[in-house]
Amino acid sequence: MKFAVLVFPGSNCDVDMYHAIKDELGEEVEYVWHSETSLDGFDGVLVPGGFSYGDYLRCGAMANQSNIMTALKEFAAAGKPVLGVCNGFQILTEAGLLPGALLRNKNLKFMCRTVTLNVENNNTLFTNQYAAGEQIEIPIAHGEGNYYCDEETLASLQANNQIVFTYDNNPNGSLQNIAGIINEQGNVLGMMPHPERAANEIVGGADGLKLFTSIVKQWREQHVNN
Amino acid sequence: MKKVKIYVTLKESILDPQGSAVKGSLEKIGYGEVADVRIGKYLEVTIADTDRDVDTIVKEMCEKVLTNTVIENYRYEIEEA
Amino acid sequence: MSTTNFEPTAEQIKEQRLYADMGMTDAEYELAVEKLGRMPNWTEIGLFSVMWSEHCSYKKSKPVLRKFPTKGPQVLQGPGEGAGIVDIGDEQAVVFKMESHNHPSAIEPYQGAATGVGGIIRDVFSMGARPIAMLNSLRFGELKSARGKYLFEEVVAGIAGYGNCIGIPTVGGEIQFDPCYEGNPLVNAMCVGLIDHKDIQKGVAAGVGNTVMYVGAKTGRDGIHGATFSSEELSEEADEKRSAVQVGDPFMEKLLLEACLEVVKSDALVGIQDMGAAGLTSSSAEMASKAGTGVEMNLDLVPQRETGMSAYEMMLSESQERMLIVVKTGREDEIKAIFEKYDLDAVAVGRVTDDKMLRLLHKGEVVAEVPADALAEDAPVYNMPEAEPAYFAQYQAMENAEPAVTDYKETLSALLQAPTVASKEWVYDQYDYQVRTNTVVAPGSDAAVIRVRGTNKGLAMTTDCNSRYIYLDPTTGGKIAVAEAARNIVATGAKPLAITDCLNFGNPEKPEIFWQIQKSADGISEACLALDAPVIGGNVSMYNERSGEAVYPTPTIGMVGLVEDLAHVTTQDAKNAGDIVYVIGETKTEFGGSELQKLVEGRIFGQAPTIDLAVEAKRQDELLAAIRAGLVASAHDVSEGGVAVALAEKTFDANGLGMNVTLTGSATTALFAETQSRFIVTVSPANKDAFEKIVTDANEIGVVTDDATLTINGETGVLVEGSVEEFRSAWKGAIPCLLKSEA
Repeated sequence: MKFAVLVFPGSNCDVDMYHAIKDELGEEVEYVWHSETSLDGFDGVLVPGGFSYGDYLRCGAMANQSNIMTALKEFAAAGKPVLGVCNGFQILTEAGLLPGALLRNKNLKFMCRTVTLNVENNNTLFTNQYAAGEQIEIPIAHGEGNYYCDEETLASLQANNQIVFTYDNNPNGSLQNIAGIINEQGNVLGMMPHPERAANEIVGGADGLKLFTSIVKQWREQHVNN
Repeated sequence: MKKVKIYVTLKESILDPQGSAVKGSLEKIGYGEVADVRIGKYLEVTIADTDRDVDTIVKEMCEKVLTNTVIENYRYEIEEA
Repeated sequence: MSTTNFEPTAEQIKEQRLYADMGMTDAEYELAVEKLGRMPNWTEIGLFSVMWSEHCSYKKSKPVLRKFPTKGPQVLQGPGEGAGIVDIGDEQAVVFKMESHNHPSAIEPYQGAATGVGGIIRDVFSMGARPIAMLNSLRFGELKSARGKYLFEEVVAGIAGYGNCIGIPTVGGEIQFDPCYEGNPLVNAMCVGLIDHKDIQKGVAAGVGNTVMYVGAKTGRDGIHGATFSSEELSEEADEKRSAVQVGDPFMEKLLLEACLEVVKSDALVGIQDMGAAGLTSSSAEMASKAGTGVEMNLDLVPQRETGMSAYEMMLSESQERMLIVVKTGREDEIKAIFEKYDLDAVAVGRVTDDKMLRLLHKGEVVAEVPADALAEDAPVYNMPEAEPAYFAQYQAMENAEPAVTDYKETLSALLQAPTVASKEWVYDQYDYQVRTNTVVAPGSDAAVIRVRGTNKGLAMTTDCNSRYIYLDPTTGGKIAVAEAARNIVATGAKPLAITDCLNFGNPEKPEIFWQIQKSADGISEACLALDAPVIGGNVSMYNERSGEAVYPTPTIGMVGLVEDLAHVTTQDAKNAGDIVYVIGETKTEFGGSELQKLVEGRIFGQAPTIDLAVEAKRQDELLAAIRAGLVASAHDVSEGGVAVALAEKTFDANGLGMNVTLTGSATTALFAETQSRFIVTVSPANKDAFEKIVTDANEIGVVTDDATLTINGETGVLVEGSVEEFRSAWKGAIPCLLKSEA
């Protein structure tokens, strides 16, 4: 399976994502610069964390204006897997690929720590390797991770089982403890916690690795069946 | 040349922790009458002479980039610069 | 005065002594006239004044800096370039440096701290290295005043704001609180980078005819005379010089960093240097001087953010996120293309000449023409008078005495809540310490460890300096600062490689202050030799005074060590119930400058703890050998608050473990004395004999328990007994609690 890691000016978790795929998962991966216009040849796209465009104006707002976003929207519409982490999640909401928005943390401070997440939905292409209700330890590092959406959107997220991860102990004020959501089609996941930072025991645990093995497993099954 | 003053505010329903913190500080230093503080953004955009309709341009910019309509409202004023 | 037309003439500068406002003495002015062979004009006197400021020339500290041992087989680059470089094998090297940003942080703490971080990062990547970690050494007042809390919160936010955005993990450092820092906080930032030997760059303008290019952010009027400003005491008057504070743009620096690291791979690049203090002036003059060449620049070509800037303003601006590079003639476009990818300006502004002059053109005229060496090398060097302060003899004459303690448990709890000892989680929770996913040991243990990706090695790093000891006895305190840094490195499983230092002192024109500088440098040098950790760079920050009151002498030590195998990495937390607890080293009644003395007496006095560097080196070698042999489960150095605090700290992140130990001798001394050269380690019973064979000064004191209780017995019975959670919550809650309390 071949992954693309999008790189915007100011992305800084691109390297982490790249190495998680290459070194820990053992799959193919390439960086794709924001000015590119095509995602042909890739089987999955990873939108990494960081401070694209310095988080100026609004997190993710200017990244959403990049060339590559048109290609990303087509890629997502084709049902292929897209994962946005942290700033990547913010970019996906700005792009309208996921509903809602990320507000400033309730305590107004950046927070970096490892948190416990509940796997609310293990029936997705990103979480099939986790047990239902499994608790996992994943690092967070963000200043604006406080998920918000209106009531109607929340109701539909709940009805469609789109809330994939919740915080066991809400750090940032997120609505309904939401840490990660998936789109209705089930191929675009956005989350504030960093699974790519938890892919090796020596540096922060390995609970995040299963998220990537889930993607690969699903992809392999599809491509064997076809 | 036109100078456009754009005011971006959080929607009513959105919690503004920064505003709440400022309100708390104001109360602490003796301004108990402060009922609420909401913090927004102010942008000044200077637009060169153009054949396009400035009103339309500004609205487009606001909705495409300058605001996130999921959480923010905006209003603007256009002045001769 | 925004245009050259209104600038004073050379005659006016002399007659009205206008150079004095720029911090130059009459003798320095005369020297400048001599070097130039005529009276300098307004732009030229500006160049001299910044380049001859203490900040750029080290004119008052050079005789001190010469004391430091700077050589060793591991040193690839000592002091003099952007940052020092040390070999770590496999054709790789570690690059690091620490620098102060005290004065800007006292005036505008968020931006002051942020731009301090930005500056030190540029020093590291200008060497061609990829920055891999940041540390900070901070000093504040005791968080009792509203201003003190504001400074602390904003400095932390500024460090976080810059470091998090640029994507370099902030993994460690230390913070101490003392009333002497109330009006003059210290903000020292250290950056560590990794480089392949073949990519090492220098800041040289070599090759006559080559092109000088300006890259990065545009130049504005911000920070004019920042270097001069930092060479003065803080006062109400200085507060008005707010224009000296620059604003940082970490996003711009991230782009500059990535672009520069691409550019250093190109053989079209000849030299590269950060425009730090004194901006365009220092970078151009130093690059020419180091290469034995000259530089000619046309200032009309310099990218400018504001209109109507004079040559003087452009040359003295300290706008951030800029670099000066020298490129082989004819290959400018290759370099430009790399910067363009990152939307950065890269503009040819001049060329390398053979006449050793820094020549500036503006609006068709030569506005300055000064020998580059005169600016970069010929600043006067002063041997400042020194005098032993009266307090020193008094303190030395005092007998060591135990502060009066009645309730040991309450005292331990109070020490754990002293802000210097208390948990710094409130701080490092705001720092992204994991980005780049190489952080093996995160903040909170003795030293941080970053893995070297693609190898099985790691780099341990720490900053240390107990300024109370240095105030009481600068020679001894200087030794302790280096020894403690090395202890932290060794406890983590690494071998010390080298140090960088940041010499923060008061006004060196006061003989008592200069004495402190000299003596602490002697102590540092001696310890560096004994522990084989040469000084590879650093900076000097003087005039750290507020209304005539100097801070304690604070020569902060930043140290990096090499972990040969990540399997050696050892943290401070107890690991398994049943493990044996040892104290390495004996305990003496030493309380001068201790946390307990400050707590009980409200002030510090007497003799600093003694240190025998031979003993220190032997214990460090033995402990490292035991760690490398896989015999040590956890290790922690004993520092502020003594054995009791160190024991408690070993239980705080130990998943429900506790400790039961028995100490001998006088209880107050056994619990709280700050005798040097000690560690607390835990060892599995299976490794007992092997461990004791290697570590000769280890004294068994007890056992790790599974009951989450800390029990410390003395000769007369139980001294301290309490749940780990009780101590932990006191320790953890102290700083948030201080910040919330009313001023």
